[in-house]
Amino acid sequence: MPEGSNTADLILDDREDGIFRVHRSAFVDREIFEQERARIFDRSWLFAGHVSEFPKPGDFVTRTIAGRPVILSHGEDGKIRVLMNTCRHRGNLVCRDHKGSSDFFRCFYHGWIYGTRGELKSVPGEEAYSEAFDRDALGLEPAPRMHNHRGCIFVSFDPEIESFASYMGDALAVFDNTLDLGDMEFVHGQFKYSMRANWKLLVENSMDGYHAVYTHERFFSHWLQSEGLTRQPATAPPNAGASNAPRGTVPLGNGHVTTNYPSPDGRPAVNRGYLEKHAGEDLLKFRAGLVDRYGPEKARKVEGGAGNYLIFPNLMVIDGWWVFRTFYPSSPDYMEITGWACLPKNDPPALRKARLEWYLAFQGPGGFATPDDVEGLEGCQMGFATHKEVEWSDISRGMKGITAGGPSELQMRVFWREWHARMTTGKHAEYTGD
Amino acid sequence: MTMTITRERVEDFLYAEAALLDEWRLDEWLALFDQERGGYYMPTTDHPDGDHNTDLFLIADDMPKLRSRVEQLLSGLTWAENPRSRTRHMVSNVRILDRDGDVVSVTANFVVYRMRFQNIDPYIGTYRYKLIPRENRMFTILERRVILDLEALRPHGKVSFIV
Repeated sequence: MPEGSNTADLILDDREDGIFRVHRSAFVDREIFEQERARIFDRSWLFAGHVSEFPKPGDFVTRTIAGRPVILSHGEDGKIRVLMNTCRHRGNLVCRDHKGSSDFFRCFYHGWIYGTRGELKSVPGEEAYSEAFDRDALGLEPAPRMHNHRGCIFVSFDPEIESFASYMGDALAVFDNTLDLGDMEFVHGQFKYSMRANWKLLVENSMDGYHAVYTHERFFSHWLQSEGLTRQPATAPPNAGASNAPRGTVPLGNGHVTTNYPSPDGRPAVNRGYLEKHAGEDLLKFRAGLVDRYGPEKARKVEGGAGNYLIFPNLMVIDGWWVFRTFYPSSPDYMEITGWACLPKNDPPALRKARLEWYLAFQGPGGFATPDDVEGLEGCQMGFATHKEVEWSDISRGMKGITAGGPSELQMRVFWREWHARMTTGKHAEYTGD
Repeated sequence: MTMTITRERVEDFLYAEAALLDEWRLDEWLALFDQERGGYYMPTTDHPDGDHNTDLFLIADDMPKLRSRVEQLLSGLTWAENPRSRTRHMVSNVRILDRDGDVVSVTANFVVYRMRFQNIDPYIGTYRYKLIPRENRMFTILERRVILDLEALRPHGKVSFIV
């Protein structure tokens, strides 16, 4: 970080002149990384998974959230719990499968057995313990806070954190807009991948309209064209017709931000052309169903989606592709990413297939776009090795309300302003807009 | 026509295919597929038995998609492969599983090393092929399914080349 200084100096935010810079030590410094863990990941509501991943009593999923191994357990009592995956005796993981169904979790080390509600059911040779040994107090520890919002499970490792609703602020309506698409489920199969890059680069990248036609030229000029769905030549002003600049990007409070909400009239969902071509009849019926349920105006908003949006700090939802994505750093220059497809459960087969094809064509480690994002962000991280000579990244695009020339970087500034407030004051930013 | 298909003949074909991939002769590789019905599939690492019609896959290319994939790789616009990775396909444990009319089902193990920016990332798993024998000891690929043994693409990050 800047010589003899602290995290306060990592952002240069000059609203008057319209200049915004981020000090590149924020991407490479180990102390900053440790502070992020303590001040951001330990103090936020974090997305943990979806109930459709473990739908029946006894079902479970294990994963790592903010460095902690946890069990998402569907208890035999029908309740959803997030349990810390460690034996209360001496620490071993009590569940070592990625997912499954079981009546109990048994620690193989000394044979302690826990129920699906987390309760400690049996301890071999329990007679050896004194009367002070309280078996009832030694169940699997639940995550300090858990919230189930319409099947989406969030946790926090901060027992004192504000309520989920208060944390979400205006982002809740945007999130609900995504979930209103239908009776939603996470389809089987996860994208579990990684990047040799700082996690904040993926926050920026996941809602960056500016890079799309350059980094993803092959998607637009080759694949869309081979499908007869070309939107515009790559030589046109970047994203001129689909800019988030004029009115799309909306700061939603507490660092949450969306690039396109409410979806403006005349900008159909980015997936519409493909779905119409490959599941046209089903799509018409699906749309009619949305109109029946919500009326025409809301139906259009739901189908149009909210673009790409961030639930701070690390849940990205990409409505145009039905992507849910989280990512956690394990060092300043490495992150582990999980991607899911969140689709309506009752889609007819042709529509489900068309949505998956559209999803795969762009998204994921084998898609026609994501690998180039991985390449780009890993390249940024390699470039940051020069951070002592080249200290600052520039994220000023579209400040001062400038809407000419394509997409703004306002959404990234929103993230960085919240990040900076959390890192310096431990509180939310008061105002994240320009 | 029911000639006997030997493992040696299948091995010769798979080795030749591996050489085309390592030498980046992707047009020739593409020509090995049945141009109408061919397909290239890679399930996710956590759901290797999935169905691409209903489940998320890493790759589920019918021929139009596969042709586009190869075009993109050769176009220079696939930044993840420009400059391109060095790769080395190691194919072994080849077995003929069964034969149903014209179609021979084959499985083989693989390790594919990708070298790029000082990293060496091994891709490990099993191939499942559906092959149709043709003249000159060659085959047409009806289906090529790549099932990764990796628990996650970490630290690999991507499958931007043909595994």
